Amino acid sequence: MNTLVWVEHDNNEMKDATLSVVTAAAKLGDVHLLVAGAGCAGVADQAAKIAGVGKVHLADDAALEHALAENVAPLIAGLMASHDAVLFPATTTGKNIAPRVAALLDVMQISDILSVEGGKTFTRPIYAGNAIATVESSDPKLVITVRGTAFDKAAAEGGSAAVEAIGGASDAGTSSFVSAEIAESERPELTSAKVIVSGGRALKDAETFEATITPLADKLGAGIGASRAAVDAGYVPNDYQVGQTGKIVAPEVYIAIGISGAIQHLAGMKDSKTIIAINKDEDAPIFQVADIGLVADLFKAVPELTEKL
Amino acid sequence: MKILVPVKRVIDYNVKPRVKADGTGVDLANVKMSMNPFDEIAVEEAIRIKEAGKAEEIIAVSVGPAKAQETLRTALAMGADRAILVESDDEVEPLAVAKILKAIADEEQAQLIMLGKQSISDDSNQTGQMLAALMDRPQGTFANTIEVDGDSVTVKREVDGGLETVKLSLPAIVTTDLRLNEPRYASLPNIMKAKKKPLDTKTSGDYGVDTAPRLTTTNVAEPPVRQAGEKVEDVDALVAKIKALGIA
Ligand SMILES: Cc1cc2nc3c(=O)[nH]c(=O)nc-3n(C[C@H](O)[C@H](O)[C@H](O)COP(=O)(O)OP(=O)(O)OC[C@H]3O[C@@H](n4cnc5c(N)ncnc54)[C@H](O)[C@@H]3O)c2cc1C
Ligand SMILES: Cc1cc2nc3c(=O)[nH]c(=O)nc-3n(C[C@H](O)[C@H](O)[C@H](O)COP(=O)(O)OP(=O)(O)OC[C@H]3O[C@@H](n4cnc5c(N)ncnc54)[C@H](O)[C@@H]3O)c2cc1C
Repeated sequence: MNTLVWVEHDNNEMKDATLSVVTAAAKLGDVHLLVAGAGCAGVADQAAKIAGVGKVHLADDAALEHALAENVAPLIAGLMASHDAVLFPATTTGKNIAPRVAALLDVMQISDILSVEGGKTFTRPIYAGNAIATVESSDPKLVITVRGTAFDKAAAEGGSAAVEAIGGASDAGTSSFVSAEIAESERPELTSAKVIVSGGRALKDAETFEATITPLADKLGAGIGASRAAVDAGYVPNDYQVGQTGKIVAPEVYIAIGISGAIQHLAGMKDSKTIIAINKDEDAPIFQVADIGLVADLFKAVPELTEKL
Repeated sequence: MKILVPVKRVIDYNVKPRVKADGTGVDLANVKMSMNPFDEIAVEEAIRIKEAGKAEEIIAVSVGPAKAQETLRTALAMGADRAILVESDDEVEPLAVAKILKAIADEEQAQLIMLGKQSISDDSNQTGQMLAALMDRPQGTFANTIEVDGDSVTVKREVDGGLETVKLSLPAIVTTDLRLNEPRYASLPNIMKAKKKPLDTKTSGDYGVDTAPRLTTTNVAEPPVRQAGEKVEDVDALVAKIKALGIA
């Protein structure tokens, strides 16, 4: 089977999310990559080094600069003449493009796979991860999004695939990019952080969140996450949200502070290796999944913890 | 302009789903069902656009069992003008739902179609994007803010790195994210009025759509259960544990 992996990047650098997708694709067959963007030849060279990759298709065109689904999806649908499966990371950009490709091919997408059970059989979470479904596709082509935390990352070095420039891109003319507000941060990205410190509604406001959570995260070199309640209340931006409808994370250590542990939140972090919870309510549901729990007022415990570490 | 709002009847978000012992699915008998929360946000946004004088009519659509009428009545009580139920007792996959929605959008000449970004049952996150592809129209997914202006709509999207703004020409498809708005509750008088609003019942056959599933679910299982660990006495004990994990 020939598989195609859509490479996530910002025209300068490949995103790590791509590597887990390569691992999933390799379980199905030969792995080809697509680097679609503008001025992204450097990304293609970087992608060609991923271990186990057979070929890199490079589509370099102004219409592809911002990965607008209207322009990228037809290009991928065209490449599917010579591929049997296309895989995307289940990131916001992957999730934006993949279903559009599936509809163009008249196939049902398989979302957010956790494992490859056979050539057409996969497992995927439903109902916020409260159930795991095994699904089998009867479509001639497969369109798949991959949950990054469920697959090991392929080695970023060791391969030497050929890069082949392809044409065929065009501007659908119905959508345009206006602007982006992307936070620049020295902090590890949530989806690849080894340690995450997350804060909930109990953190009161943006200043208190910053004053309480950030020093602890700094001490641990951790990424910072939040519950939906904390995001909705404006303590932190939307990209901090962990959960069913936010980011799915599985760090070595997840520290939940002032978070009750609603099922929607648990859906995003319960595969973390070690979960630590600090909550003043000893019956908070978060303690049912926590490996280490501390029942305490966070405003006393967290500064003390930060100081003693 | 007409706005089409597809709404799905799903398990209420407060209910913890239970997997059936025979591995065929999730037990939905006697479970509280509600409108998918993202769809409430879509209905609310449509109403606000209409209230701002930028739309004339809001049509709610649901593909599902007869009981999905309740979900449509909720949309009508919130402020949608009329509703269409495409009745089906079998699960209809997103691709087929998208095909039905395309037929309705074409028939109604809808300029804006507002869906939820994902249903909280299947978490597929695909129906809106598929509809956009089938209609060959632009999509603004995971909307945080939307602004309709003449023949275009500007959508600020919640993306992994932060926010991104795109401009789409109408007709366009928008999918809602959590921060778009806070949906209103329907008032009692409006719930009463909604009972009199028109609700048409159709079948997928009326739209010539084949809803045969492409995916077969061979098993549904409980995820591995995480055991609760231990509670520590105080911060010193926690410090010791964290040091033992080797992260500090
Ligand atoms: C459609 C939908 C999607 C959703 N998606 C998500 C999602 O992706 N992610 C998500 O997180 N949620 C999501 N939610 C929301 C979820 O249901 C909960 O409302 C939310 O997770 C609660 O956030 P919280 O734990 O911060 O707040 P709360 O539930 O209010 O919990 C606050 C906790 O802080 C504790 N506390 C208070 N003061 C102190 C103190 N001084 N010291 C120590 N502890 C203290 C309390 O005991 C309590 O346990 C979603 C909901 C819906 C309907
Ligand atoms: C094992 C298994 C069991 C399942 N059990 C159930 C179940 O018990 N109940 C259930 O509801 N689903 C169930 N599903 C899901 C079902 O098969 C479809 O995949 C699902 O209905 C469509 O996916 P989605 O709603 O997650 O789409 P998404 O793409 O996540 O939905 C996004 C948006 O599309 C619109 N939309 C989607 N479907 C409809 C619709 N039917 N009518 C109107 N608008 C719609 C809504 O605006 C929604 O917010 C099950 C799936 C599996 C694999």
